[in-house]
Order: sequence, then C-alpha cells, then structure tokens
Amino acid sequence: MITVTVNGRSQHFDVAPDTPLLWVLRENLALTGTKFGCGAGQCGACTVHLNGVPIRSCMTPIQVVDQMQITTIEGISNDQGLHPVQQAWIDHQVPQCGYCQSGQIMSAVALLDKNNHPSDEEIDRAMAGNICRCGMYGRIKAAIKRVSDGDQKFYDASGEVNNG
Amino acid sequence: MGKWTRRGFITAGVIGSSALVIGVAIRPGHRVAELTGSVADEGETLVNAWVKIDTQNQITAIVPHSEMGQGAQTALTQMLADELDACWEDVSFIEAPAEDGFANYALGKGFILGDTEVPAILMGSVDGLFLQLTKAFHLQITGGSSSIRATGVYGMRVAGAAAREMLLAEAALTWQVPVDALQTKEGKIIHKATGKQAAFSEFAVQAGRREPPAKPKLKAITEFSIMGQSKPRHDIPAKVDGSAAFGIDVVVDGMKYAAITAAPVFGGSIIRLDTAKAESIPGVLKVVDLGNAVAVVAEGYWQAKTALASIDVTWGKTANDDVDSEAIFAQFQRDINAAKETGESHEDLIIGDPVRGAEQWRVVERQYTVPYLAHACMEPMNAVASVVGDSCEIWTGSQNPLGFRYDVAAALDLDPENVSFHNYFMGGGFGRRSVSDVAVQAAQISRQAGLPVKLIWSREEDTRQDYYRPAVMSEFRAGLDQDNRPVSWENIYVDKHDPAEAPHIPYAIANQKIHFVDSPTHVPFGPWRSVDHSQHGFFTESFVDELAYEAAQDPYQFRRDMLGGHPRLLAALDLVAEKSQWNVPIGKGRGRGIALQESFGTVVAEVVEVTVQEGQVKVDRVVIAVDPGFAVSPDGLKAQMESGVVYGLTAALYGEVSLHRGRVTQGNFDTYNMLRMPHAPVIETHIISSDANWGGAGEPGVPGTAPALTNAIYAATGTRVRDLPVSKYEFDVEFREENNLSS
Ligand code: FES
Ligand code: FES
Repeated sequence: MITVTVNGRSQHFDVAPDTPLLWVLRENLALTGTKFGCGAGQCGACTVHLNGVPIRSCMTPIQVVDQMQITTIEGISNDQGLHPVQQAWIDHQVPQCGYCQSGQIMSAVALLDKNNHPSDEEIDRAMAGNICRCGMYGRIKAAIKRVSDGDQKFYDASGEVNNG
Repeated sequence: MGKWTRRGFITAGVIGSSALVIGVAIRPGHRVAELTGSVADEGETLVNAWVKIDTQNQITAIVPHSEMGQGAQTALTQMLADELDACWEDVSFIEAPAEDGFANYALGKGFILGDTEVPAILMGSVDGLFLQLTKAFHLQITGGSSSIRATGVYGMRVAGAAAREMLLAEAALTWQVPVDALQTKEGKIIHKATGKQAAFSEFAVQAGRREPPAKPKLKAITEFSIMGQSKPRHDIPAKVDGSAAFGIDVVVDGMKYAAITAAPVFGGSIIRLDTAKAESIPGVLKVVDLGNAVAVVAEGYWQAKTALASIDVTWGKTANDDVDSEAIFAQFQRDINAAKETGESHEDLIIGDPVRGAEQWRVVERQYTVPYLAHACMEPMNAVASVVGDSCEIWTGSQNPLGFRYDVAAALDLDPENVSFHNYFMGGGFGRRSVSDVAVQAAQISRQAGLPVKLIWSREEDTRQDYYRPAVMSEFRAGLDQDNRPVSWENIYVDKHDPAEAPHIPYAIANQKIHFVDSPTHVPFGPWRSVDHSQHGFFTESFVDELAYEAAQDPYQFRRDMLGGHPRLLAALDLVAEKSQWNVPIGKGRGRGIALQESFGTVVAEVVEVTVQEGQVKVDRVVIAVDPGFAVSPDGLKAQMESGVVYGLTAALYGEVSLHRGRVTQGNFDTYNMLRMPHAPVIETHIISSDANWGGAGEPGVPGTAPALTNAIYAATGTRVRDLPVSKYEFDVEFREENNLSS
C-alpha cells in the first residue's frame, strides 16, 4: 500500500509500484486536470508539485512519492478563489485549446514561489520544459510577469501546499 | 429524418436526399425529433435553429462548431447576440448536437479539404443570400477557417437578425403600434415614443410561431455593439483550473482502458501475434486483433500500455517496406521530369504565353521541397466507445462530429441512427481531429472486448499514424525582361489538393503557367492547418523573393510594384513594412524577411526578424499585418495569429516526418521537435478592418511564416533555404554585408 498526500488529503493506493503518478492521479483519483502529452518527460503537460517542486508525473513511479506531498492543478486555488497565476491566465486570455495549461500553470507557480521577480531568462528557463502546441508563449510570459509585478500579498496568501 | 418544408427565411428545404437545415424556425409541436432535446422546457421556444430565448430572457446560441481553442464559439455567439441586440451578460451558448438537423454529412465530407463551393446539383435550389447560407451550413466541420466567415456571417448573424425582426413584429402586434415605432436594446423591446419596454422573452413564444422574414436586414459595421469587441472567451475559466473536459478525460460506467499499436508500414497487417505474456500481466482483460493493429484492454492505461509492449507482433510484408523519403522525393522528381518532357500534366492556371519571347528574358529556375508533417496535437488521439448490441456511443473531441458518427456506423455496420456522439474540448485539432480513425478503433475494440473502453494513443503512435501534411516538390521558372521586371512565371508541382487557389500568386505577371502532376505515395495525408497554403505559400513567396534579389531590388518594393489590382494586399504589405521598420538597417548577422499570403479570405503580410550566430538561427520578432475583413474579436484574432506563427515556425525550423523502410522515423518530441518558450519570438499583430468579405482566423497566420523566415535567413546569411526544415542547414553570417538589400 502506497500513501501519498494529494492536495492536502491523504490517499492510499494499491497499484503496481512502477505505475506513473500521472495515471494514478487521473484514473484512481479522477484528478484529470493533470494531462498526458508524451509520457516521456518531454512536454510538461503532466507537471505537478512534489513538496512544492515541479515534477513530471508521467515519469514518476508512484512508489517514489510514497509518504510525500503532491499538489495538482486542482489544489492550487483556495476558498478565496483562484490562485493569482490562474487569474493572470484569465486576464491575459492565455489558453487556446487549453490542454497544456495545467502544466504551464504548475510550472509558473513553482517558479514564482521561489522567485518573486523572475527575469525573462529565468522565465524562459523555468518554462522551457512545457510545450504549448497552440503557441501561447508570449501570453504565458506576459501573465507570469503580471503576477510578479502584482499584489504579492495575495500571491503569498495562496493555497499552495507548502513543504511538508 | 423528416422532410423540411420550404418555408421562411433560411429554409433551403430538402436538397438532394438529405435536408440542409438552415435556421429553420422551430415551433412547439415541430416535427424534427433530433432538435427536441434542444428545447428543454415548456415555455421555451427555439426561435430558430441557432437561437433560443427562455422565459427568463436568457438567450442561448446553438453553435454548430466545436471548440479546439480558436475561440470560435464565443465569436459566433457575439455575432448572433449583436444582430439580435441581446444583452451580452444574458447570452450563453451550447454546441449543436451531432444530428443531421444541423448539417449535411455528404456535403461536409467534400468540404473538409477546403472546397467551399456548392456542388452543381444544388445550385438550382438556392440563390443569392440563400446560396451563401447553403454554403455556410453544409457542414458541421470546424476547419477551413470556416466558422466565422461562413457560419458566422451567413448563419449566426442572419439568425440573430431574423429572431430580432420576429420579436419586433410580435411586439408591434401586441402593443398595436407600427414596427418602426419600436427599437431593440440589450434584450429589450422599447417603444420609442413612450419609453414602454418589455423583455424579448415576453414575445418569444408567439414570435416562434411567425413566418420568419425572408431576408432579415443585417447591421452595418457602424451599428455593431458586440462584434468588434474582445469579449473574454467563455471556455477559458475551465481551462485554468483543470476542470475543462477534453476527450481524454471522459469516464463512463464500467469503462476500461486500451492501448494500441498499428502496422508501422501504412497498409500493413498482422500475420501472427504472441500474446501469452501480455495476457498473464495482472489487470489485462483482453488482447484485441484489429487486423492492422493490436490493442490491449486492461483495468488501467499503464497496465494496457505495459502489456502492449510485451506482445510480439509479426507484420506481413507490404509493397512499401523499402520506401524511404529519398525514394519518395526521387519519385516526385521523376514524375515532374516526365511531365516536362511529354507535356502531360494537369493544368492549374494559364495566363498569356509563358514561353513566347523567352530568348529576350533572363531565366531564373529554382526548386523547393517540403517534407511530410504530423499535426502533433498536444492531446494525443483518443476516444471512448461503448458498443452494446447494434448501437454505439462515442465520446471524444472532434472537428467533424457528424462525420465521426457516420464513419463509426459504416465501420461497424450499424445504422447511423444507432450511433450517438458526444463532443468534448479538443487539445488541439489543426485538421487532425477531422479524421475519425481513432473513434472507429475504439468502437471496434469495445465491440470485441464487450466493454466500454477508453483508447489512448501513445505520443509515438500519434506521430506515426497521422494523416500527414503531404510532402511536395515544386519547380519554378521565371523570365525577367531587360528592365528586370518579371514577365513570365511557370510552376510545376506534385499533387494538387485544396484550396484550389493555394498555388496562385497575386502578382501582376503577364504570362503564367501553373500545372501539376499526380505522384501518389503510400503515406496517408489529410488537412493540416492552412492545408495547401502552408506548402505553396512557402514556395511562391520564396521564389518571388529570389526574383527580387535576381532583379537587384528590395523584396518589399519588388512585391509592391506588382500588386496593382489588389488594394487589400498592398495595404497589408505597406503596413507590415511600416510597423517592422523595414527601411531601418538591422545590423550585422541579422536579417528581415517579408511574405504575403491571402488564405481563407484573410490577407496576412508578415515580416520575420532573425539573428544568426554561429550557424544558429534565432527568431527575434515577427510583425504581422492582417486584414480579415472585420475582426469580430480583435484579441481572438491576435491570439490566432500568434498561434499560427508559432505553428508555422515550428514546422519551418524543425518539422520533418521522414520515412525509412516504409515507416515513420520520428516518435516522441525528442525526435519531432517543437518550438519552446526560449525560442519563441515577440509577435506583434496589426489589424486592418477593410470591410471586405470576412475571412478566417485559425489558419491564415501559418502560410507566410515559413517564407518570411527563410527570406530573413537569406537576408542575414546569403543562404537560401529551399528544402525545409531549416534545421538541415548550416549558416554563414558573413555573407550578410555584401547583400544588404533589405536594410
Ligand atoms: S506527459 Fe509528462 S512530460 Fe509529457
Ligand atoms: S493551449 Fe493548446 S497546447 Fe497550449
């Protein structure tokens, strides 16, 4: 039995230990906001946070995260509403098809959590693992900058699960 | 389905053997069973097939296009709401169900490759506006940039305007005042003299019983209040919190998961399967032999995928087992050479005589090629299917819901009436999701397994089993007169698809011959964002650029001088030159390239700026001037231009599907490379509203991108990229200084 805390709730799984976290989230927990894009760590669509750090869930066997904390796209907003990164995504009308955007947002949140004012190069580096086939890179970057220039108090009050 | 009566404004009536439903007014007691579900409650009236006004004055547009990210559903709703004078806050939309009442499958099938003409047999039954309506509504396919320019202009606007006139007429009758004493505003009808007002909903039921107007009057652009505004897209909030449901997210009762591998050589089939190991893996329920593919059904997708990998498949030999990319291009060359020798080719366009007087000309000859390309939608192909007895349900994201329904019915030998279809968000479409192959597979697997299944392709399968953008070879020969003006343009290429005008040029060259030869291969092909424009835009705009340099002229001025009869194209070209500061020198190791293309009714002029360092090309900035006629949602149009540019750059820089021993070499994103944020340029879009016929948005950003890029690389380096992708080339920055015509 593997135990993982997902979005603040403890979950127990009886699955093959090499099953990637991605499929456990999607099939066992019905958390389908985390997407399958390549299954090979190439596209970032499956990005979630492991103890606050962005990881590719398609390449992460469930046994590796036993007893750890996972946050998915469903877990970053709180009772006060959307996470500021999500709001910035709406304000900049970022998504097209939207399929990559959970992963993009998770990478952006992780970046801003450790760096309030990333430079263009820092944004490029943090986001290089996330493909957007609809080509919304300019809008993603603008939205990240909007958050980094914005109300930090609101940002800091966000519901991100902190390092456990 | 029932016969449509020939009644009212858009009722084109029965055409051919199946009805073309054009905004027919639906009344309580109507006979169209398929539409009943859209009229949910007593007291609700479908004023016509595209708009519903409920008792709370909530207005629902019924949008016959699916959403793949282009914002079409929101833009279409804007068009309807504006003509109706609805209050935007009270307007929502639903996607039309995949029913014949909303489209015509036979016509739709012909349309998908961009043929926007009404087939000849139908011409007699339609006229004028109705012709356009018929053209507009003969498909439920989201492709060919059709949603705004066809459905929107001729469907949604007319529907909104008709509904408004019917409401006004009903109000005039009730209040016993002339219609012109009334006005509409934000969902209300107002008596101008007294200020008396009432919500649309008060008249909706009665209005729905009226004869629809024959030709409702559409607003002039100056009267628009909702069109032309960048309304936030309805679909975006669900796409930032993970709640948007894509096809891959569907869960139905009792559903299991399937993974699949199809014959690596197209057309191949299974000779022998060794499934013993797979079947012993815990969670595996069934191995399914589809003849040309093997699938595993299991409790979870990971189990299915793991078991699939353990199956030993022996594929039968095919005639194409030795075919590789070189052989395909050699075949193209052979067929073009033969056509040139024998004179046997298909005529595409002839103007004047492109040979007479050639002794006087300087002749320039060039050849270009583009490879096959996959669509690489971010969401790999997938579908959920449940076959029970002689009926089937499909859940997936489709650009062509009706087509899927009929294809599944045909493949499983079911009555189409017994196939129901549920459409979901698409994680990218780009033409790929107009082909129903994965839905058919899912249905076949479900039937064999006796279970509802969710079939998910791996990324590798998605790259290797596509309906690719065709590879093309295109050869040009032009003549320049003593004054370096082009007087002749000859072009021969392989395989013509759609749209028909894609290889044609807007430039005033007196003598032209454009022709093609058929050179079929075993590689399946299909529509790929902007269809033939994506290849021919590269060819023609590269060759024009080469001619400019041959004539020692600035590439912008050279094009400009030949655009006499095309004010829209000229205006776009001038605007992009101005905004990109074309005439300001750009510096060593850098270059600007320009390109111009009209496609799907929209004109796009594009300037790409590159820096080339140590052989590496970096795209710094892309400036676009776009004239779509009118931008219903300016921000939506900009987003589509940005998207088209990145799609076009990805293809031009890296895109190549190559064949080795009959099979596709590329698999995941490590071999089929995508543009990522560090390499994405700044993109600036400038919109021209010329009020010409409204054009598309999803595709026109693509065609000019590759030639503007390679023209820029030439300006920076002197290296002319004639065979895409650019990644095949090495660069020399030094050449730039002697050849600085563009700066
Ligand atoms: S699905 Fe995990 S990186 Fe692509
Ligand atoms: S929004 Fe479609 S892949 Fe990014």
